[in-house]
Amino acid sequence: MSLLEFRDVSVDYGDIPAVRGVTLNIERGEVLGIAGESGCGKSTLAATVLRLLPDSARVGGAVILDDQDVLTMTWGRLRAVRWADAAIVFQGALHGLNPVQAIGKQLAEPIRLHKTATDVDARVAELLTQVGLPPSRARAFPHELSGGQRQRVMIAMALACAPDLIIADEPTTALDVMVQAQVLDLLTSLVRELNMGMVLISHDLGVLGTTCDRIAVMYAGRIVETGPALDIFDDPRHPYTRALAGAFPRIGDDAARYAPVGLPGDPPYAGDLPSGCTFHPRCPEVMPECATTTVELRPAGPGRAAACLRVLP
Amino acid sequence: MTVGQPVADGQPVASGQPMIGARDLAVVFGGRVRAVDGVDLEVDAGEIVALVGESGCGKTTLARTLLGLEKPTAGTVLFEGKPLDYRRLKDFRRQVQLVLQDPLGALNPRHTVYDAVAEGLRIHKVPGDEQAQVSEALSQAGLRPPERFFLRYPHELSGGQRQRVVIAGALALKPRVLIADEPVSSLDASVRGEILGLLLRLRDELGLTVLVVTHDLGLAWNIADRVAVMYLGRIVEVGPTADVLQSPQHPYTQALLSVVPDIARTEQIVLTGEPPDPARIPTGCRFHPRCPVVLAECTSVVLPILGIEPGHRAACVRVT
Amino acid sequence: MTTIAGQRRRLALSRFWTQFRHDRAGMTGLIILGIFILTAILAPILISPDALDVTQAEGDRFDPPSLAYPLGTDESGRSILLLLAWGTRISLTVGLAATIISMVIGTAVGIMAGHFRGVGSHALVGVTDWFLVIPFLPLAIVLATVLGPSTLNLIIVIGITSWAGTARLIRAQTMSIEGRPYIERSRALGAGNWHQMTRHVLPNVFPLVLANTTLTVAIVILSETTLSFLGLGDPLAPSWGAILDRAFSTGAVSQGAWWYVLPPGICVVLVVLAFTLVGRAMERIVDPRGSTA
Repeated sequence: MSLLEFRDVSVDYGDIPAVRGVTLNIERGEVLGIAGESGCGKSTLAATVLRLLPDSARVGGAVILDDQDVLTMTWGRLRAVRWADAAIVFQGALHGLNPVQAIGKQLAEPIRLHKTATDVDARVAELLTQVGLPPSRARAFPHELSGGQRQRVMIAMALACAPDLIIADEPTTALDVMVQAQVLDLLTSLVRELNMGMVLISHDLGVLGTTCDRIAVMYAGRIVETGPALDIFDDPRHPYTRALAGAFPRIGDDAARYAPVGLPGDPPYAGDLPSGCTFHPRCPEVMPECATTTVELRPAGPGRAAACLRVLP
Repeated sequence: MTVGQPVADGQPVASGQPMIGARDLAVVFGGRVRAVDGVDLEVDAGEIVALVGESGCGKTTLARTLLGLEKPTAGTVLFEGKPLDYRRLKDFRRQVQLVLQDPLGALNPRHTVYDAVAEGLRIHKVPGDEQAQVSEALSQAGLRPPERFFLRYPHELSGGQRQRVVIAGALALKPRVLIADEPVSSLDASVRGEILGLLLRLRDELGLTVLVVTHDLGLAWNIADRVAVMYLGRIVEVGPTADVLQSPQHPYTQALLSVVPDIARTEQIVLTGEPPDPARIPTGCRFHPRCPVVLAECTSVVLPILGIEPGHRAACVRVT
Repeated sequence: MTTIAGQRRRLALSRFWTQFRHDRAGMTGLIILGIFILTAILAPILISPDALDVTQAEGDRFDPPSLAYPLGTDESGRSILLLLAWGTRISLTVGLAATIISMVIGTAVGIMAGHFRGVGSHALVGVTDWFLVIPFLPLAIVLATVLGPSTLNLIIVIGITSWAGTARLIRAQTMSIEGRPYIERSRALGAGNWHQMTRHVLPNVFPLVLANTTLTVAIVILSETTLSFLGLGDPLAPSWGAILDRAFSTGAVSQGAWWYVLPPGICVVLVVLAFTLVGRAMERIVDPRGSTA
């Protein structure tokens, strides 16, 4: 029984398909990475887990969290689930925190709402210690903390009600590489200690390759490749994954010297998707059939799949 | 997608003619915050140098001082080997241009692309056909056909296109030097390569000198000839890219490289905490409180500023 | 190049007009304004100056509205409708002129105070605060008395007593804009202070200026009405305030001559409302992103 399961999930904002048929599952103790850039639908997909999308969004399929479909839950049950069963570490920690409230108070909020501890102050101190911050910092305001410290507070907030699942949406994107390493270390050790599941969303394939067990690559609302993290990082099969991997070159790789890897054009706008394989206008290995054939995920090795005509089963 | 002719490592790229540099440069804010604390730097014509460091190390302040946007508290900024004349900055500005990090913020939301690119031309009253010059700059920056972009507003463009507009605005003045502060960090991953490739092409085709300020070591590996690593206001290591990034000598550089996500690297040196406040720089070697291989003498040794001689050097007692 | 600039300007203007046309509130305001402006322009053509002449008046005292006199007569038998129409000219002229003076001074001071640092800026802020602190009415009364009763003096008085609020607002907005990267880019391109203030700060401050202008016009017209009501304006010029003044002083209220007291007040309300509607509509359209930058 998976901790979290997306079954053919689709999300439409009016006419615009942000997510188009995603099927994924995450087990307890596992770290799943979702790789993709802006507009690919990864944040929208994450938001479906706690039903945080605006009313104008139409969600199809099922999101099964601990045996229950989040999309059809009653409001009361949903509020109980939010934060206590699954929590999100949001992107852009500066804006995720209330600038006029001390962080201790903000950490206390979910604890009080869900009544998960009798001594709230003690729990706040415990959380801060868990993320590597001195408990005295509870009285500090967000602007008094550095970027790395703020991100730790966001993680502490996500842990406040001891959820089974954490979704981290671009948790290290604005951070320096050393602080990024600290935050990623923290996240992976917490997952192991507390036996949680984690979904890590990022556009940095290097980060995902070194932190996750499995990776799913999203493009234009669809999964275009899945597989074990090391395999995907080492030997990407989908041309888009290859471009993503090349965008963060490996130091020591002579082929990357004076040879930046990029794709022409921009990530597609969901309201105006190309026909056939949505990646074909930017694909360096495009073939004539690509413009007219929609491609599904096809097997590409043990535990791997890729949605590309060039990948022969 | 690869661009440019690969230049072999180990061979000098530049003509050896100094373009922009600093000597004993110091920039102190409010008498206490030593953002730049003694820097010697020299970038030769046609070179691409990456100034690498974490936030707060002073690299952005150094870049802004080299541009004349900030006045140094001590030391000099050199352009073509001569000290900067702060009364004749306007001339200097035509030759040394800036590309900022956030392309959305760097463009006035009320100005069209045409206005944004023509701004420099108008400020300096450059003679000639303005429309032709704007078209040329946009084309050089990869926005073709240029006329299609004239009447667009920044919020109608994608991040990559906006950055190209910013670059076009800089190119319109036909500068000799481009200083780029985190030019791709706010762009999508698949778009970064295009912009980096553009910078390389501008160096190859126009002989542009480029100083890139970044925290991304992979970027330096991609396009830089030389790398200078900054920590707390000083350059702690400098040299050809391949040497510095593959055989780092300074413990800080070694730690930085060890945490760049890479599955081949399993032994990470994760430093604890964060760089200290530039108002309270540690005595001796400024890195000693966090150094994993610190020695007794590091708390009191006086390390000289790394000079501008070519070659790979690092400011560490273990190296000399 | 001029063709590109001209083309862009025409395109921008026509786009602006198309959007404005569809804004119902804005169009309502514009129509109301149009009626008043038309009245002001046509007044000297359609109304003979005899209508204002007390000695030429033919009606009875305080006559209620009738076919001959749609808004009744005043204490001298003059048609109130014609008086009001003529008063439109004065009220609108004073309103617009004083507003322009106030906005120009306020915006200039605000931008300079926000852009420059150091002694000059401190001095400007000091002067602004001084004008803000002093209560408007006593200052205006003193100035008007000193300068003498005339329409021009009224314009000057109102103009120089109402710019301070604008200046403060514009200064704050300027300071927030100054922090944006495109100002830094402009400096890096070689721009001097004048260029930065006029080409970057001013266009971005403009929506605020526009919104503030409509508020200012409202305040100015009300100020003019007040000052005229107090007898500080030109006694011969029948602005709406002056009409109200005469209505009260000749006992129209006790006589029950509502047609003398109500219409001037309603005119003031309508004009102020119209300016507000138009100003808000313009503010909504002018910003290319549809939100304050």
